[in-house]
Amino acid sequence: MSVTGQRLQPTLAELSRPGRGGYPVPHPPADALDRIPVEQRRAVPPPLPELAEPEVVRHFVNLSQLNHAVDTGFYPLGSCTMKYNPKLGEWAARLPGFARLHPYAPDEVAQGTLELLWALEQALAEIGGMRAVTLQPAAGAQGELTGILMIRAYHRSRGDTERTEVLVPDSAHGTNPATASMAGFRTVNVPSAPDGGVDLDAFRAVLGPRTAAVMITNPSTLGLFEPRVGELIELVHAAGGLAYMDGANLNAIMGRFKPGEAGFDAMHFNVHKTFSTPHGGGGPGAGPVGVGEKLVPFLPSPRVLRETDGTFRLERPGERPTSIGRVRSFVGNTGVLVRAYAYILAHGRDLALVSEDAVLAANYLKHRLAADGDYDIPFERPCKHEFVAQAKTLHRETGIRTLDVAKRLIDYGFHPPTIYFPLTVEEAMLIEPTETESVETLDAFADALAAIAREARETPDLVRGAPHTAPVRRLDEATAARRPNLRWRPLTGREMPCPD
Amino acid sequence: MSVPPELRYTKEHEWLRLEGDEATVGITAYATEQLGDIVFVELPKVGRSLDQFATFGVVESVKAVSDLYAPISGEVVAVNEALADRPELVNQDPYGAGWLIRVRPRNPAEVDALLDAAAYEQLVSEA
Amino acid sequence: MGYAPHTHADRRRMLEALGIDSVEALFADIPAELRSSPLRLPDPLPEQAVAARLERLAGRNRTDLASFLGAGAYRHWTPPLVDQILLRGEWYTAYTPYQPEVSQGTLQSVYEFQSLIADLTGLDVVSASHYDGAAATAEAALMACRATGRDRILVSQAVHPQYRETLRTYAAGAGILVEDVPIVRAGPAAGTTDRAALEGALAADRPPAGLVAAQPNFFGLLEPMAELGAAIHAAGGLFVAVVEPVSLAVLAPPGAYGADIAAGEGQPLGIPLAYGGPYLGLLACTEALVRQIPGRLVGQTTDLDGRRAFVMTLRAREQDIRRERAASNICTNQALLALAAAVYLAALGPHGLRDVAAGSAARAAALEAALAGVGVSRLFPGPYFDEFVVQVPDAVGVHRRLLDHGVLAGLPLAVVEPDDPLLADGLLVCATEVTTDEEIELFAWALGEVLGSPADGRPAAGIGVGGGR
Repeated sequence: MSVTGQRLQPTLAELSRPGRGGYPVPHPPADALDRIPVEQRRAVPPPLPELAEPEVVRHFVNLSQLNHAVDTGFYPLGSCTMKYNPKLGEWAARLPGFARLHPYAPDEVAQGTLELLWALEQALAEIGGMRAVTLQPAAGAQGELTGILMIRAYHRSRGDTERTEVLVPDSAHGTNPATASMAGFRTVNVPSAPDGGVDLDAFRAVLGPRTAAVMITNPSTLGLFEPRVGELIELVHAAGGLAYMDGANLNAIMGRFKPGEAGFDAMHFNVHKTFSTPHGGGGPGAGPVGVGEKLVPFLPSPRVLRETDGTFRLERPGERPTSIGRVRSFVGNTGVLVRAYAYILAHGRDLALVSEDAVLAANYLKHRLAADGDYDIPFERPCKHEFVAQAKTLHRETGIRTLDVAKRLIDYGFHPPTIYFPLTVEEAMLIEPTETESVETLDAFADALAAIAREARETPDLVRGAPHTAPVRRLDEATAARRPNLRWRPLTGREMPCPD
Repeated sequence: MSVPPELRYTKEHEWLRLEGDEATVGITAYATEQLGDIVFVELPKVGRSLDQFATFGVVESVKAVSDLYAPISGEVVAVNEALADRPELVNQDPYGAGWLIRVRPRNPAEVDALLDAAAYEQLVSEA
Repeated sequence: MGYAPHTHADRRRMLEALGIDSVEALFADIPAELRSSPLRLPDPLPEQAVAARLERLAGRNRTDLASFLGAGAYRHWTPPLVDQILLRGEWYTAYTPYQPEVSQGTLQSVYEFQSLIADLTGLDVVSASHYDGAAATAEAALMACRATGRDRILVSQAVHPQYRETLRTYAAGAGILVEDVPIVRAGPAAGTTDRAALEGALAADRPPAGLVAAQPNFFGLLEPMAELGAAIHAAGGLFVAVVEPVSLAVLAPPGAYGADIAAGEGQPLGIPLAYGGPYLGLLACTEALVRQIPGRLVGQTTDLDGRRAFVMTLRAREQDIRRERAASNICTNQALLALAAAVYLAALGPHGLRDVAAGSAARAAALEAALAGVGVSRLFPGPYFDEFVVQVPDAVGVHRRLLDHGVLAGLPLAVVEPDDPLLADGLLVCATEVTTDEEIELFAWALGEVLGSPADGRPAAGIGVGGGR
């Protein structure tokens, strides 16, 4: 069984040969399993592939080279903040003192990590203008759930059980309404106004005694500072609800806008965005949540506490009965949080400059595209760290769509921006350069987009058939969904045929 | 764009074919164009009671999901089992082999609330 | 120090192109009354200073102890090639593979991870991973509720207490009732799920969506999973098995004993302990439940030219498309850790993994014998894998004093189950293939000292504790 295409790799199952592989651990005694009842034991060994170490290494090194990554090139994915990942973070997380510490280690042997976690909480609280922070959530989405569950607990603690709705702008990331559902709320979508912000009249119309919370992303998913954010917060508070901020776009506003100071009751941070912990191909990240005074009693347990003698400890089970409990095992994605802490230590108050540079770069790139005139820029006013462009006119004139432009960018050596999000913008491209790209890179990207627009007019098939130089061409996603092949071997033990 | 003249239509792009005391329901060619390659259809069980214009299922394409709205109230008497393995039938033959459900209408007069072919064509051309 | 490449000249150039004098103009839309106070953070530090600060902090942790801690996170030998591969920037600085043409590395590695876990569990569908074992277990329980249309979940008290707490947090949001099934308190089956109590719970009015039980369970004991599965199936519910992946090299897998869903913690597969995270949630299910499984799935397909390729699939289940109707809000998968697990499993193979599992079982038996030698015996008599509970008076105090001897004597159960008198004197101890004879001897000797019943002799001088990773 072989695989067509240069650089592509067979699977481990296809490379496997019986008897291959070394023995990295000593052989146990032959009777090691005799004390386990035979009916509890496997009848046959697991059908795992057998490869020698050199083959394993070659396989995974070759596979890695099929990826575009921040370390290989520009990655302007809007709302993802694909900034450079400092290698200092990788070194720090691997320090044996951090990496070998067991999560059930008693507080007295974990003082270094506990101090780091406590210090990180303080730093995030300062950045967000919040009273307290939990580092427990494993991702932004889990942070959102934590925040909304705390809001739910808050209302219930006041006997307020009729609040069944969460208001979410229609431009919001899909996690927001999904989070509301998971927490048992009904999502009420609020339309956007023509200027991209929340429509205040529509907001007032759906606000009421059933409103538990509003979830606002600021800057919004259009890369625009929510112009009426002050009013939105006042209105929801007046109606007895709380305000939650999705902090995915924090990279734009550090040092100039602190959500807690503006009145938000809770927010989550995406440390894998703003604080540059690596994305890892889709994870792991971490989603700490900051809260104002009202929600402090409901924070997940255990919190990290600092004693008067300067030592640190974890809260004991049952120490704070108002807590919403746990959202995951142990204390948090500590390995990720070490990296975030390293980043914050390195920058200190210059995090404000990070935001300035991110916003400057985005506006520069937006200006370049607007000046070149090939793509529609729906919002003229200055953007924050990202902006929306459209291939709407290009589509009308040439039939070429945003999807085609995105795929052709790959041939120019760039990762495409986010496409078809937010859903409220037709043929959208959401472009976020971040602060760690040089002006030359920004110009080269704008040049590539201009070239593709020319190709759309002159040689559209080239664009429609892109990418041409990637390891694979466009994929048949319909068949992948209609007849899912999710593992290399069905239950009967036969390998799945490769379409060769 | 195919809009068979003998069928009735909802604003949400479902079609209805009345055949005696049963009716067949599906989605229009326009709907399949908008959705793209359909990969999964979630249909109700036989015996379920539907209300006109309430949702009765979901159709998924690769990148989108869309609710299905009942054109008429009644009891589900048949479901197109072929779609479980071959959801692409809805794209290939939306008015024939790609039918979704068959219903026994409770109140045939409800048909009057549906669009005829001309009105549906008008709706689609304005979109 | 910062990482932005912009010089003063670069910034000037961009400002001039925009026709503005300073970046302030780009922030003018923040209303004055919402402008924040300045960031009260320290000065930026050069890399060397950051490194020194972090080294000092890491140095304040003690990782030199002879550790017998398990309880959901396990020390095993991870071949160095795992971390070497993970350090490639193409792996860890890539993003979610939304553009599959330039993400075949990540996509294939996730497909391989799904396949490897399917091979281990004997279940058809494996998600691209969840946050950790606790969140995966909670999602598994919610899956059972969605699939059966019922809202009552039974969970054995022998499932990890943190997993049960997490399940309760998720269940509160979903309006699901969670009921504990107690453990047997005495006799040969002590410490395992009480089947009589289970039958009672199943006979109650409100039909159960499912039963969650662990194998091995939190106390390290082996449960009669096939019988538990049969019982919940007879009541029309689904069987959720919480599993430990290394043990699956030698123990009967969930697919063999009728589990509909398996959840578990993948940390033992080459992922550092790192004080609790990031870890790797395993979630697998039968074919019939594929549309209910939350999170990413990677599938195989072909490209325009017929090449075999991989792509995220069944996306319309996920939050960005389904929004409020999504099964879960999950956006992440632990891709880099799924890669680590795939590399680990590829490096070990079925025989290597079996050696790890059998080796752990053997070391645990040696530990049991050594502790029995100083008069400390198991609380629960049933068969165990590589972890068990010993009974020691004033377990918490003994544990504290053993620290002074350089021994981390597992987990005092009173810390996690303070209200259960049966467990008050329990220490949950674990040994794996990396636990050395010297460590076991030190533990036994120190325990004897602390209890006032010394063993035959002191361990040899110059022992090296803290071996393995």
